[in-house]
Amino acid sequence: MLTNPGLTRCILNKRQLATHQHPVVLLRPPGRFTRLNLGDLWEYRDLLYFLVWRDIKVRYKQTALGAAWAILQPLLTMIVFSVFFGRLAKVPSDGIPYPVFTYAALLPWQLFAYAMTEAGNSLVGSQNLITKVYFPRLVIPVAAVLGGLVDFGVSFVVLLLLMIGYGITPTIAVLTIPLFIVLAIATALAVGLWLAALNVKYRDVRYTIPFLTQFWLFLTPVAYSSSLVPAKWRAIYGLNPMAGVVEGFRWALLGRKEAPGLMLAVSVIIVAALLTGGLYYFRRTEASFADTI
Amino acid sequence: MSDVAIRLEGLGKAYRISGRNNADPRIRYGSLRDSLAGVFRRSPKLTAAGEAADLFWALKGVSCEVKHGEIIGVIGRNGAGKSTLLKIISRITEPTEGLGEVHGRIGSLLEVGTGFHPELTGRENILLNGTILGMKRAEVLRKFDEIVAFAEIERFLDTPVKRYSSGMYVRLAFAVAVHLEPEILVVDEVLAVGDAEFQRKCLDKLRAIGGDGRTILLVSHNMSAIRAICQRGIVLHRGRIVAEGNVNKVADDYLAGALGTEHSDRAVETGSFAVEDISIRSLDGPVIKTFDPVEIVVEVTARADIQDPALYVAILGADHQRMAGLDSKDFRTFPPLRRGERATMGFHIDQFPFLPGAWHLDIQVGDGAEFVYESVGPPFGFDVVATPVYGGRQIEGLHGQVGLKAHAITAAD
Repeated sequence: MLTNPGLTRCILNKRQLATHQHPVVLLRPPGRFTRLNLGDLWEYRDLLYFLVWRDIKVRYKQTALGAAWAILQPLLTMIVFSVFFGRLAKVPSDGIPYPVFTYAALLPWQLFAYAMTEAGNSLVGSQNLITKVYFPRLVIPVAAVLGGLVDFGVSFVVLLLLMIGYGITPTIAVLTIPLFIVLAIATALAVGLWLAALNVKYRDVRYTIPFLTQFWLFLTPVAYSSSLVPAKWRAIYGLNPMAGVVEGFRWALLGRKEAPGLMLAVSVIIVAALLTGGLYYFRRTEASFADTI
Repeated sequence: MSDVAIRLEGLGKAYRISGRNNADPRIRYGSLRDSLAGVFRRSPKLTAAGEAADLFWALKGVSCEVKHGEIIGVIGRNGAGKSTLLKIISRITEPTEGLGEVHGRIGSLLEVGTGFHPELTGRENILLNGTILGMKRAEVLRKFDEIVAFAEIERFLDTPVKRYSSGMYVRLAFAVAVHLEPEILVVDEVLAVGDAEFQRKCLDKLRAIGGDGRTILLVSHNMSAIRAICQRGIVLHRGRIVAEGNVNKVADDYLAGALGTEHSDRAVETGSFAVEDISIRSLDGPVIKTFDPVEIVVEVTARADIQDPALYVAILGADHQRMAGLDSKDFRTFPPLRRGERATMGFHIDQFPFLPGAWHLDIQVGDGAEFVYESVGPPFGFDVVATPVYGGRQIEGLHGQVGLKAHAITAAD
């Protein structure tokens, strides 16, 4: 330092630097206690924003149909379900026209399935970032989950058109829709966090996700109504949080009589527990992601 | 506030050697199947000794202190632990043991173009890459024009980067990275990109960042870059710090150790001489640098009576073309030798003119009275080590073979 010709300038700058407090970061071996420290997610909100933005921008690049895919996927599924379950198998749909009945459930379901899949594969897909740059790793699965919302928004417009076509007017309950969207996102994140962190260590997860999504679809009242499930089992049925979300959606939009109260309560509790556990597991293992991935 | 930027105490990082893919030695993991099977059947436990043998310490007992405003060069061979050290300091991975403190906002640049997305345009990638490297959005926007100008890609700002030439890609990536201006900047071997002109720009930028009183930790195999930018050097060897101090001193010692001494180890016999030793050394340090005072010395024993001992030395380039020659007869006469008598003959070169690279000596000895010179075996190789001959620019043979003591002038001088 003393031989530095720019010594005086250096000292000046040091004084300037000294006027504001440097944040101190401790480097130490992973401890026994894990702190959630969700504050740094807020600290890195710009990064979160740009990762979501990137995913959306890139998703339909170099596809012929572009964003039309966001509509086609639920629409085609709805048509297949309507023909096979609605027309041929005559699955009861609580007095609602079957296409609307199943489309209203497909929307939150596809939001969930997409978000969970993306989140589950997100860390492994971001290997180059994780081994080269520091930021709270939580940003990656959270961004992956939020990226699904745009497709959801687009296909939601189609649902509104369907409702107009079938002459269905929603009740005041429609105002609760955001809550169910949040619940769907939270469920996807809760499961996605576990999957993402496990995926870093065990690539088995990558092959598990498609099966998981498929089984879960059968366990969720998308093609059928939860009223098929005997009343005394409904609370237990709520252990599948997506059951609560899907029935909540139908209730809020299509004006079904009774709210799925008990089932929903069970779902919320389950999601809260899964999400907390997922966050802790994620935080606990994230320090070794760069070494393990 | 103390002026310490980084303090490390006994830092160590261990990796498992065996295939088991968990790096944290305290947690034992295998594949999911192993873990599930382990619930029912105890897998054979490793003994403590086996456990220790399974660990590879990429870093061990690393302690050092870096003050604010210091520019430190980290030197070492591949696998010496340089990158691991930078990864721990920039929080990408955690140490296995020891403690560290980092005072101030840290920015790390371990790879050029991390997070670039090929489908996005240059404009979009600047924003994305900037935030990935830790800038706020407002900060990237503020420096946007500066970054574009630095990368020289104005015309292609709205072209997807997958259509860029590799040179443009690297320039853009580096431009974003050097405009990241944290209090502490950690840079790993990224100066090796781009053409010579762009490298000089990058070096100047790094120097400017350093001049602003910021702290820089630089890993590079490019010794001239390290010497040009850094004040202090740290040498890592097998995960430990083996030397620390003035960057030129440390770099010279490191190179001397890495290159070996510039002695020919063969004893060679010609018709009239037995050559015991040939050496070339700098009087300025343990390695030879351009413009150093250099001595070339040959130790001989006469195998017959020699009237007029003479020495001829040629300096050959990489492909053995003769670059310069010195004949002792042009300078002086050496005293005559009797059979069996030892003598030392040599040359002192005031300023060794050759640029960094690999060079050879062709030595001939003989009796000037009889006009017979005999070659001493095949040419003997030596290195001129990388130094910033022309102010820190990496030359890579672009400027020929010989360094010139020169400066630029203008009519106003």
